Amino acid sequence: MSDNNTSPLLELSHIGKEYYGNRVLSDISFAIDTGEIIGLVGENGAGKSTLLNILFGMPVIASTGGYEGSIHIDGKPVHFTSPNQALAAGIGMVHQEFSLIPGFTATENILLNREVLNGSMMSYVFSERVSTLDREAMHNRANSAINTLGVNINPDMIVSEMPVGYKQFIEIAREIDRKNTRLLFLDEPTAVLTETEAEILLIALKKLAKSGIAIVFISHRLSEIKELCSRVVVLRDGKLITDQPSEELTTRQIASLMVGRENTRREEHTPRVSLEKVSDVNEVLSTPQPEPEKKKKPKPALRVEHLWVDMPGETVRDVSFDVQKGEIFGIGGLAGHGKLGIPNGIMGLYPAGGKVRLFGKRLTLNRPRAALSRKMAFVSEDRRGVGLLLDEPLDWNITFTAMQIQGRFLLGIPYIFQVRNELAMRNEAKKFIDSLEIKCTGPSQRAGELSGGNQQKVCLAKAFALKPSILLICEPTRGIDIGAKNLVLDTLKEYNKENGTTIIITSSELEELRSVCDRVAIVGEGKIAGILPASSPAEEFGMLMMGEKVRVAMSMTE
Amino acid sequence: MIKRFIDNAGWPRIIIGLFLLGLFIAAPFVGVNVWTSLNNTLVRFGMNGVMVLAMIPMVQAGCGLNFGLPLGIIAGLLGATLSLEWNTEIMSRLLDLGAKYNLTWLNEIFVNNYREPLGFASAIIIAIPVAAILGWLYGKLLNRVKGDEMMIATYVGFSSVSFMCIAWLLLPYKHPTMVWGYAGRGLRTTISVEGYWLHVLNDALAIKINDNFTIPTGMLIFFACIALVVWIFMRTKTGTAMTAVGSNPEFARASGVNVDKMRTISVVMSTILGAIGIIVYEQSFGFIQLYMGPFYMALPAVASILLGGASVNKASILNVIVGTFLFQGILTMTPSVINSYLQTDMSEVIRLIVSNGMILYALTRKVRAGR
Repeated sequence: MSDNNTSPLLELSHIGKEYYGNRVLSDISFAIDTGEIIGLVGENGAGKSTLLNILFGMPVIASTGGYEGSIHIDGKPVHFTSPNQALAAGIGMVHQEFSLIPGFTATENILLNREVLNGSMMSYVFSERVSTLDREAMHNRANSAINTLGVNINPDMIVSEMPVGYKQFIEIAREIDRKNTRLLFLDEPTAVLTETEAEILLIALKKLAKSGIAIVFISHRLSEIKELCSRVVVLRDGKLITDQPSEELTTRQIASLMVGRENTRREEHTPRVSLEKVSDVNEVLSTPQPEPEKKKKPKPALRVEHLWVDMPGETVRDVSFDVQKGEIFGIGGLAGHGKLGIPNGIMGLYPAGGKVRLFGKRLTLNRPRAALSRKMAFVSEDRRGVGLLLDEPLDWNITFTAMQIQGRFLLGIPYIFQVRNELAMRNEAKKFIDSLEIKCTGPSQRAGELSGGNQQKVCLAKAFALKPSILLICEPTRGIDIGAKNLVLDTLKEYNKENGTTIIITSSELEELRSVCDRVAIVGEGKIAGILPASSPAEEFGMLMMGEKVRVAMSMTE
Repeated sequence: MIKRFIDNAGWPRIIIGLFLLGLFIAAPFVGVNVWTSLNNTLVRFGMNGVMVLAMIPMVQAGCGLNFGLPLGIIAGLLGATLSLEWNTEIMSRLLDLGAKYNLTWLNEIFVNNYREPLGFASAIIIAIPVAAILGWLYGKLLNRVKGDEMMIATYVGFSSVSFMCIAWLLLPYKHPTMVWGYAGRGLRTTISVEGYWLHVLNDALAIKINDNFTIPTGMLIFFACIALVVWIFMRTKTGTAMTAVGSNPEFARASGVNVDKMRTISVVMSTILGAIGIIVYEQSFGFIQLYMGPFYMALPAVASILLGGASVNKASILNVIVGTFLFQGILTMTPSVINSYLQTDMSEVIRLIVSNGMILYALTRKVRAGR
């Protein structure tokens, strides 16, 4: 790494980490020199956050059994057990979520707990805790920290009144005000910034690096990585894939390294979409379905036009797409870009607008009952929060929605007096327990007592019990083990084949989508970045995910 | 076997149950008649049972414990006082009617034989719509304060009692047995129901075992009927939806259930049950207690259902039965037994320790299970 004999600023060797027997990092080794900027990239779940947590001594690491390997700073081994130790060693971290106090000014936030104090009698008698603040000195210090970044923010401005971009600068200013900061971790600092703000930030970071601070820059925007960083470290599935100078890589190469799993498996049996050929139809992206095809198949099962959904953390801005009857349609993309907002919005769980047509007929938005009574079923990504009644038995969980929407599993006269038919409920539950191989003691076991995979199967059973014509599924395999994963995916495929049900799967795992779906739409920043046949090479998806405007057009698989 | 029983019953119930058993065993040695004590326990069980039942709908719908029970009680008090107010007048009208058209059966049924039960029924019939309206408003309020229902409910109860303190004075009641004698207006603090519907349920079908022990069959049957209605309701489509709302409101919403509507229905039901409950209580107690009477009525009911093993979001009829019996048992036994033993009046202290202690215990349990 270093051609002279001095040891690097930070050196990681063979870092590994397991959470409850689930390996998330293995054998990560790289080093950072003073004044270097390293780009750290990887998909969601590649292990970036875990790596940061280890470096920053987050308690979650120690409480789950520590980590493997060793960390050296200036050649000396260190082992942080709390963030304070990491701070003392000169490591600064800017998190994805702001950790600022909204009601405080920029100055107060930057100098929080490092305030400039006035000496007084009181502080001699008691302690520093009672001394007053030297506002002027604080103002100047904050100002100089902000100026280092090359932006113009009034230090007396209250944080809650700032635009998002400013807040990001304040976060960074806070880290560089700390005199001993030598290594700065930035976790997606540009995600919330506008393009000009991002540019200013990049310039500021370069300046900082020149002053001798090493920077680890995490971003999903590969062009920024290319521009800013001298070296790129790619993580995938907890492994270090590459560590090489950024000049040697194109953004396309980085994307394919990140997404990985070479596109060999699919290419054999599906005709490869020739990129050259379709690349002429640039604008097909925004109107996914070409005109002539629409005439052939008059009414898509689901047509979404200019949908917006206000789901916190997953905002959908303007999304249009068509799903054909009997198709398995995938929605992928990075976390926080709005892919989960689409099904949640269609099902009426979050405020939404735009037009959704179901078999040609307009669907009322913002009312779950409207969507459900049109024979749509939904499996939520939030299994324990939305998907299940944890305190109720399995038969309740499975039959409740069908009972409320379709009036099944009831005895008595409709609209006048109906009591639930416990026997029918149990039988329905038993049917699904057998067919989906749900491991439980019986229909009366409480849903909260099952394992993640079996809970997911209960969620599927709930959806199947509605006998849906369209099934929307979010993150079908999140948090469940591999065996259950395959079973869940196979069940979906089978259900699609047997009943001709249109299925829309939303998942963070691209590979999973590509293996199950006919077509996959990639969502970026609340919009559809592109729709590709599942057989397209992985790097095409990777590029779309990274927000690179590749000229890729979709082509129908049917 | 024993461990399973303990797990099912829960330690608090076993400890209180054993304490109660101990009191019954100790009773003869301090000169307390066990039969009388048992009789008292049973009567108090019947008196309070319906008010404890009033907890179930709200708990099941996730609105927490009904600390706003005084609101339902006020509806019941209105029903009770109005039934007394109109009783004489209606009776005389009926007599006139019977005399005019020579309808002797009218006299037979309404005036002579069934005057008391009909008076009691009229109190309930008047109270129900009042409770429904108050409950609906109360439900609307609770829908705006999701997560803090119990605290808001407590203050709804308190403030409604205070408001009614003014209203009792100002409402134009005329009946001489109910208004203050010296002013001729404004209701008295306690109104006797003797001669109207005193003990209509207690004495109906009562089975006398010996001088000190009579089973108040009518009251127990009435409680059983109301309990059955609640039990069946919780099994209807609406009741099921209500339970789901209490169990996981997000799940219910995603299943197309109108969460706010279910919560409002549950609050209306709880309030109506509270209104019926107080009327049952009064017919056995013998007096209608106005003004600050209902102020602390919610606490024994809350404590009973918690003692019965309910949590703040799950309650069953069995919880009501077990809890009411244990709580009322402690209440009857401690004054007689402990007082005879210690020669001091400890009853109020013990009652407060048990009821408030149970509430405290249940609320801490909620925090531990908190998500």
